[in-house]
Amino acid sequence: MTLLRSLLLRLATMAVTLFGAAVVVFFVIRVVPGNPIAMMLPPGASETDIARLSAHYGLDRSIPEQFLIWLTGVIHGDFGTSISLRQPVMPLVLGRLPATLELSIFALVIAVIIGGASALAGTLWRGTKTEAAIDVANGVGLSVPDFLWALVLILLFGVLMPIFHISGRISPSAELPFVTQFYVFESIVRLRFDLWWDLLKHMFMPALALAIPLAAIVSQLLKQSLKETMHLDYVVLARTKGYSENHVILSESLPNAVLPTLTLIGVQFTFLVGGTVIIERLFSYEGLGNMAIDAVINRDLPLIQGIVLVFALMFTLINLLVDMTYALLNPRLRHA
Amino acid sequence: MNAFLAIRNLSAILRGGSQRVLRSVDLAVEAGEVRGLVGESGAGKSMIGKAVLGILPSAVSIVEGEILLDGRNLLAMPQKERRRTIGTVAALIPQDPLTALNPSRRIGRQITDRLVDILGWTEANASARALELLDEVQIQNPQRVMASYPHELSGGMRQRVLIAAAFAANPKLIIADEPTTALDVTVQKQILKLIREMQARHGTAMLFVTHDLGVVSKVCQKLSVLYSGKVVEDRAVSEFFAEPRHAYSKALLAATPKYTDPFASLLPVDEAVIASVDAEVKAADREWRHV
Repeated sequence: MTLLRSLLLRLATMAVTLFGAAVVVFFVIRVVPGNPIAMMLPPGASETDIARLSAHYGLDRSIPEQFLIWLTGVIHGDFGTSISLRQPVMPLVLGRLPATLELSIFALVIAVIIGGASALAGTLWRGTKTEAAIDVANGVGLSVPDFLWALVLILLFGVLMPIFHISGRISPSAELPFVTQFYVFESIVRLRFDLWWDLLKHMFMPALALAIPLAAIVSQLLKQSLKETMHLDYVVLARTKGYSENHVILSESLPNAVLPTLTLIGVQFTFLVGGTVIIERLFSYEGLGNMAIDAVINRDLPLIQGIVLVFALMFTLINLLVDMTYALLNPRLRHA
Repeated sequence: MNAFLAIRNLSAILRGGSQRVLRSVDLAVEAGEVRGLVGESGAGKSMIGKAVLGILPSAVSIVEGEILLDGRNLLAMPQKERRRTIGTVAALIPQDPLTALNPSRRIGRQITDRLVDILGWTEANASARALELLDEVQIQNPQRVMASYPHELSGGMRQRVLIAAAFAANPKLIIADEPTTALDVTVQKQILKLIREMQARHGTAMLFVTHDLGVVSKVCQKLSVLYSGKVVEDRAVSEFFAEPRHAYSKALLAATPKYTDPFASLLPVDEAVIASVDAEVKAADREWRHV
């Protein structure tokens, strides 16, 4: 009963959040300079042409009026038509979303593996040179932003040692049997490991660039939390039971130390998804972020609104997921 | 001598310092016997227990001596082997039951883990054993408690769980590190009674660390009095209470509050006695040269 209530409360909060995001983006992109109509028409178009096209897209009305019209459409599932691409917004956005989701999740997996492993190693070898080396690596990983890592990676693995692809999502020559846009997922389901490998070679560098700063944060915080548990009574008691230090860290410390890290991953993952906008551009990766930049350049108001709304929905869903995982892992919250 | 635990000439220093925190400690616990280890806060009583169990804080290092557990020197073993040896024959009843159970693991698993992972029992046997022990420490509805998490139990119940966990593995030696200090007074008596009964029933040798001479008189047969990391008196409990030998022991005994007249008997240890025992410790330090 209480579970259902808290879930409904969360859904209501999500709806308010999304509405807020929609309001902000709708008004902001209309008050900043730049006119979508001017971008569409050739130089020297007549006043009447401009007025006619403005009227066609409803841009001649007042902003609150435009908002109401747009909102009514959204509630009915109509997100408008892209001005630059002249297609309905939602199919465009949903067509690109899987690419960005796969990239973000792959990046998250890399970050958790690297960050988790280095945190465990740093805890096991605490106070030694290994831990010092991990601290230095974390410092570097944190202080360099993802788009600079992207450039470093392009230089290293795209130019000096060209083992990964630096552009696109999949080789243009590949014949695609896919029916969904979840290429990585579908290539596994269809057992097309040649395509899967090709996708991975394209995705690896942008994912790693996104993952490095997050990996550093995860490593830092998890190692800190782990070390704090190392002298707690229940950990000491486990040592007297005859367990090795590896076992003590993994089964006594980790389940407790992982909770604060999990919250942090949730927050940082939203930043990572935000980072895909620039990273996808740098690697010409056909995702939502790349589309967002095009939309902004073209002042494609309906498309920007659609993309931002989908990003906002993603962020709220991530937060919901983190809270649910947290409650699942922490027995003290299960009955609350 | 048939000592199950024998500590010989054990000295420890704080890392980076030269002051000893354990001063050539000799101590033996024979099979089935309970030895009390008393002293003031900071005298090093808990440290001796921790040294035996291999859980000294990293700031403390042992510089000489032997800890023989069942005839084998723990200090000569590599860490992994030492932990296994300790886990197989010894167990700890910790001081604070509120922090000694892992908050994210079920009670049952925290009792059976050693039985299964270290001693190689089957899960079924280990669970049966855990239920039996929980029943023995007078926990109502042990089945439900096994499935609970620590935060669902009271402090007294948690200490009972920890006692059950310690005895479950049939250890030859239990180290009780001030097991009643963190509990409130009414619960203290019950827990003390429980530990005494369990010890008698299982015949487990025990090193009972406490600052309470009253507890020693009820639970222990032998007694070591510790001052500043040095054993100043090592006696049978009955002899000790009849006629303490060392001046510090006498002063300590005199300073124990008496229930008949608690306020009049709340006396600090005589300063002259402290000065003489300090001088004794200094003299021992002068003789001692650490390698």
